[in-house]
Amino acid sequence: MAVETKSLPASAPTQVSWSELIAFVLMVSFLIVAPLFIYPVFLMKVLCFALFACAFNLLIGYVGLLSFGHALFFGWSSYVAAHLAKVGKISIPYWSGHWIVIPLPPLPPELAILGGTAVAALFGLIAGSLAIRRQGIYFAMVTLALAQMMFFFALQAPFTGGEDGIQGVPRGVLFGVFDLSNIMTMYFTVFVIFVVCFLLIYRIIYSPFGEVLKAIRENEPRAISLGYKTERYKLAAFVLSATLTGVAGSTKAIVFQLASLTDVDWPMSGEVVLMTLLGGLGTVFGPALGASIIITMQNYLASAGDITLHIFGFTLAMQPGQWVPVIQGAIFVICVLLFRRGIVGEIANFFRIRL
Amino acid sequence: MKLLRTAIVSAAVLSAGTAYGQISDNLIKIGVLSDMSGLYADLGGPGSVLAARLAVEDFDAKGKGLNVEIIGGDHQNKADIGSNLARTWIDTEKVDVIVDVPNSGVALAVAEVVRDKNKVFLANGPASSDLTGAKCTPNNIHWTYDTWALANGTGNAIVKTGGKTWFFLTADYAFGHALERDTTAVINKNGGKVVGSVRHPLNTQDFSSFLLQAQASKAQIVGLANAGGDTINSIKQASEFGIVSGGQNLAGLLVFLTDVHALGLKTAQGLIFTEAWYWDMNDANRAFAKRFAAQNGGKYPTMIHAGVYASVLHYLKAVQALKSDDGKAVVAKMKEMPTEDPLFGKGTIRVDGRHIHDMYLFEVKKPDESKGPWDYYKLRATIPAAEAFRPLNEGNCPLVKG
Repeated sequence: MAVETKSLPASAPTQVSWSELIAFVLMVSFLIVAPLFIYPVFLMKVLCFALFACAFNLLIGYVGLLSFGHALFFGWSSYVAAHLAKVGKISIPYWSGHWIVIPLPPLPPELAILGGTAVAALFGLIAGSLAIRRQGIYFAMVTLALAQMMFFFALQAPFTGGEDGIQGVPRGVLFGVFDLSNIMTMYFTVFVIFVVCFLLIYRIIYSPFGEVLKAIRENEPRAISLGYKTERYKLAAFVLSATLTGVAGSTKAIVFQLASLTDVDWPMSGEVVLMTLLGGLGTVFGPALGASIIITMQNYLASAGDITLHIFGFTLAMQPGQWVPVIQGAIFVICVLLFRRGIVGEIANFFRIRL
Repeated sequence: MKLLRTAIVSAAVLSAGTAYGQISDNLIKIGVLSDMSGLYADLGGPGSVLAARLAVEDFDAKGKGLNVEIIGGDHQNKADIGSNLARTWIDTEKVDVIVDVPNSGVALAVAEVVRDKNKVFLANGPASSDLTGAKCTPNNIHWTYDTWALANGTGNAIVKTGGKTWFFLTADYAFGHALERDTTAVINKNGGKVVGSVRHPLNTQDFSSFLLQAQASKAQIVGLANAGGDTINSIKQASEFGIVSGGQNLAGLLVFLTDVHALGLKTAQGLIFTEAWYWDMNDANRAFAKRFAAQNGGKYPTMIHAGVYASVLHYLKAVQALKSDDGKAVVAKMKEMPTEDPLFGKGTIRVDGRHIHDMYLFEVKKPDESKGPWDYYKLRATIPAAEAFRPLNEGNCPLVKG
């Protein structure tokens, strides 16, 4: 069935390239040192979104499928993880009573994250098997529609807390050993999760499976004619992407002790597209860089609102938070007009290296 | 940038003398966390920052040797942004006290952060009575008003004048739910009946489908369990749908001075609601309002602004008396000291964090009764402090023993 093919793209040698190794070492060593001089909660936010963008990039960068509904997996995994960590008990309502009740105690963080990830994988399987039947804009619209459907479900479902979200989620004790309420323990947990998932994505991209994905991206009819069941590959990639997104979403819920509508709403789906595009579609490090730039910008602008009102006795209207979408839009336009490969993509192209 | 700031702050800490032994970094930093740009920006927002600043001026912090700094931030009505900002403020900016936070959903999230970090939360904007009820913490003071007080004032008054059947239009988050719950309890107690309710998302522009349901319910009273921009929109659209001319009455359960200003007296006249403070009640209030409006583009203060002023003043007094800024200790001191300020007069803070003062039932004037801009309310009744708030033992606050 799967015919061996030698027509691999020339730019994809199966060995690890030096440039990637150096970039990886730089990234990891930065992340190890960074919490000493950067606020760790902020770094954890960056890592969660970097993982989200990398997972998203697996789909758009390597299969060429633009999903506009990844907030579905991100938001729902964080709801599920938060619920499992805080309440635990699962009851599925049926008419006026409860249909299935699983009396779980509040779960430790590792199980909560696993639970959130599993739900994201399941949703990925359902959404993916519907969406991959269409291509291009239709694919994007199907994913958006499904995501919005689940957004409204999250808005109304009692366990999500509607506008309030699930608040006060306990961070708990990881594996019964590591107390996550210690900020450094929490940070290095997130760090390990990020690095493991990052390496996993790297492994997927350069596996024979990943090569087939790239073949589908470049020329799907040709991949079909070579005997690949492209639908299956696309579905597998979709589920993998959704699952890894789920890891990011669940981790975020544990870090911030909160799951809210922001993560499941459609602007989140747009934001991850922007992060990936800015960093570089189809590059290994691009999405992570793009995510850190966007998050840093949001963070800086939100706190740039801290204007002390001692300026000549005038009251200043201060809402730079409002400007975030405008600036993001401008960046998006500039990125599309001037450097379409994204930051990392342009650098890689300039030096003729793989990143 | 952050790094630089942190470095400067820590350098300042090291070099500064310690006039107050236990005040961390010799600085009291007040973080006014509010909705700076959305539907609650007028009733809290930049005005709250101003109110806090006026309180610091009146306390004469400099003269008393206290370094006080105020920062403002926009929570955008999102619980995640609000709690993140609060956490960042406390961790990196050394904020000691968080003030205002309109939007109960955000406030409950912020309360968790503040309790974790042992700082102080002076809740003025949020309404949910859960802040002093099931979710009370030893780090909270809830100053201005709450859903129980609103329900008690407005609900009682309306049911007793014959509004027996109610339909609720409820903002779909913690505040709306709490207000609907507390008002329903008052209605049932007085022999009224709730015939239905519909929940709308926060910050809704189009109320038509909700208002049609309210109309179809044939309830005598359409209770608006929402606030700010949502109240303004629903009242305006209700008048377009002819709800009032069709024989039903609107009950605005939470209406602010700025809402009435935005609606205009023609639309708002006759509305009855409960508030904690109105500028035109005595000379001290009028003086404060003049001073406030002069620095706020002519906009008069709402009860939230008054609450911010009074609570910050009391907080600073407690810090000074205690010579410490330890969260729990300061809140305990605030509860122990009787409160006294120009705007709320004398009062007390209960063990559950509830500030006790009179509440007032107001009616919006007819256009020909008003003598000028911002002259909008006439007093219908004063609800004495002892009856204005939920009895201490009914709130299920874990801090209340027995």
